[in-house]
Amino acid sequence: MEIFADLASLLNSTLRISTPLIFAAMAGLFAERSGVIDFSLEGKMLTAAFVAAVGSYYFGSPWLGLILAIIACVSLSMLHGFASVTHKGDQVVSCVAINILMIGLTTALAAAWFGQAGLTPTLTDEQRFLEITFPFADAIRSIPIIGFIYSDILSGHYIFVYLAYISVPIVFWIVFKTSFGLRLRAVGENPSAVDSAGINVFAMRYKALMINGVLIAFAGAHLSTAVNANFFREMSAGRGYLALAALIFGKWHPKTALIACLLFGFTDALQIRLQGVELPTIGTIPVQLIQAIPYVLTVVLLAGFVGKAIGPRAIGQPYIKER
Amino acid sequence: MSSVVDKSKVPWWVSNLIVPIVNLILALLVSALFIFIAGENPIEAVKLIIYGSFGYIEGFAYTLYYTTNFIFTGLAFAVAFHCRLFNIGGEGQAYIGGLGVYFAAIHFSFLPVPIVWILAIAGAIVFGGAWAFIPAYLQAKRGSHVVITTIMFNFIASSLMIYLLVDVIRDTNQMGPHTIAVAKELWFPTFKEFGELIGIKVRYSPLNLSFLLAIAASVFVWFLVWRTKWGYEMRAVGHNTQAAIYAGISPYKNIIIAMVISGGLAGLLAINEVLGVHHKIVSGFPAGYGFTGIAVALMGRNHPIGIFPAALLFGILYQGGSEVTFDMPNISRYMFVAVQGVIILFSGALENLFRPQVESFFVNKLNIRKKG
Repeated sequence: MEIFADLASLLNSTLRISTPLIFAAMAGLFAERSGVIDFSLEGKMLTAAFVAAVGSYYFGSPWLGLILAIIACVSLSMLHGFASVTHKGDQVVSCVAINILMIGLTTALAAAWFGQAGLTPTLTDEQRFLEITFPFADAIRSIPIIGFIYSDILSGHYIFVYLAYISVPIVFWIVFKTSFGLRLRAVGENPSAVDSAGINVFAMRYKALMINGVLIAFAGAHLSTAVNANFFREMSAGRGYLALAALIFGKWHPKTALIACLLFGFTDALQIRLQGVELPTIGTIPVQLIQAIPYVLTVVLLAGFVGKAIGPRAIGQPYIKER
Repeated sequence: MSSVVDKSKVPWWVSNLIVPIVNLILALLVSALFIFIAGENPIEAVKLIIYGSFGYIEGFAYTLYYTTNFIFTGLAFAVAFHCRLFNIGGEGQAYIGGLGVYFAAIHFSFLPVPIVWILAIAGAIVFGGAWAFIPAYLQAKRGSHVVITTIMFNFIASSLMIYLLVDVIRDTNQMGPHTIAVAKELWFPTFKEFGELIGIKVRYSPLNLSFLLAIAASVFVWFLVWRTKWGYEMRAVGHNTQAAIYAGISPYKNIIIAMVISGGLAGLLAINEVLGVHHKIVSGFPAGYGFTGIAVALMGRNHPIGIFPAALLFGILYQGGSEVTFDMPNISRYMFVAVQGVIILFSGALENLFRPQVESFFVNKLNIRKKG
């Protein structure tokens, strides 16, 4: 039974750790499918985490914190659009600017408002999201296999975990089954064709960025008002980049991106489990090297050992309307 | 859109001097707003910055010490950028570069000092360049985006270095995660020692010989990018890869060359930090200088002549900024990280925000003067 408990906790943490990656990957999917590079997922996730924590501390409700985080992230997405869609600035530079700006600003404002360098006050239970236990979880636990899956793996997560997995089929439906999705993909592949069909390329890209801002806000709020009870400096820890790598590895497709996110999540969960554990023949691996595993995995996967990823054709190029 | 100006009629100093200055002013105004939001007076902050960075000789020496680091990382970003590569990995390349400096200084300390210095510089370049080589190779051959791989390599470098500093090359007589000090003869002479040589008494500051190395590196980059075949090919690939291929220029080779040189330049930061200041590898010594290099290069329009004043400006912000954080409890050093972000935004991504207006303003003005 020991191994079952281990497996349950590993799968349970995989679902939880993958959550912000999934939101971020879905957010990135909208932006990149419309032809706008989004390296700023990292900075936006950090912003959302900060704003959600501060908002729910001041207003006493994590939902208000989440709404404020959405407003903040949509604003940053609009800024990215203003620079790279309207003013045709370099998209990567715009993202780097947003990331560096928000790493600095979140920490600096936390220091200015709360007097601790890059920490916000700890939230009480009313100010944060709590785990949701499924009905009858305790009663069913004793049933073999079903009870194990239902009570130990699926039950007892934060609301964001469930929302993240629900978001994937919805994103799939929007992007591949609606006319909005068709236009979105067309704008990313061949904007001039879309333009000649009478659809406003700029408006489409702004709409995509707006959805992008909403989705990424959930990732940040999950970090600071659910899993943790406060914001701390650089708490996104590269997840925005990992999510983008998952998106590329998943070939800009919701289903495969989800699998990639789960893979990263599983690696991270395993990494945490392996710390300090003595492995047969190898011995104890130094903790710093174990912590580097997700990053190494990202590099290896991106190196395309599983086939080359070809992105939307017009990605990274500002659209210049012919006159 | 707004009035379009004939590019050939715009004088060079308008597009390369006035427009960047307008962008910088906008960035500083937004930064002032942040300081205001944090609950402090922006004008007082500016006074403190100017006093801290110019008000006394040691303060100015500190400014130039920071400038040294920013020249290295700014040049590093610029070289890669001429090939249209975003080397966000300066931080990791500088960190690994420290190993090269350290090994040269420890294992070759029996050689005459100038030779060890040259070996240490070579070590910084080779180790920094090697750390950039892998992302470069993956970009060139496998198409993995260099931004993601270099960011990942920053994380990996950080883990690797902490592992090495804790478990492998740590000074076991000390508590902190750092190495033993290199031999005292090898320490780069500081500004204080130069002062003593010509009879001026100044107190200690970290400004050292590396500053001159940074100037030399600037000249090298200018020569490389604008006066050699390599530089020409790199720029050709960056400008139009298809045309470059048609002209017989290999994008693979040039992507790798540009990134390795870029990594080598970032590695030189370790010379300033390891030989000039700490005299050992301390954990986290690149301290964000690699990221600041992005802002420096974009503000300096990726040209050494522009990078120097941009690096100086950031030196002023860093040194003056530490004066501000000392006097204003509500301002932490991260405020100046945010300022960097704003500067990247306005002099990079939004560089064309007011360009048409500014250019047409000057073109019209010049026309009127010619007619009148």
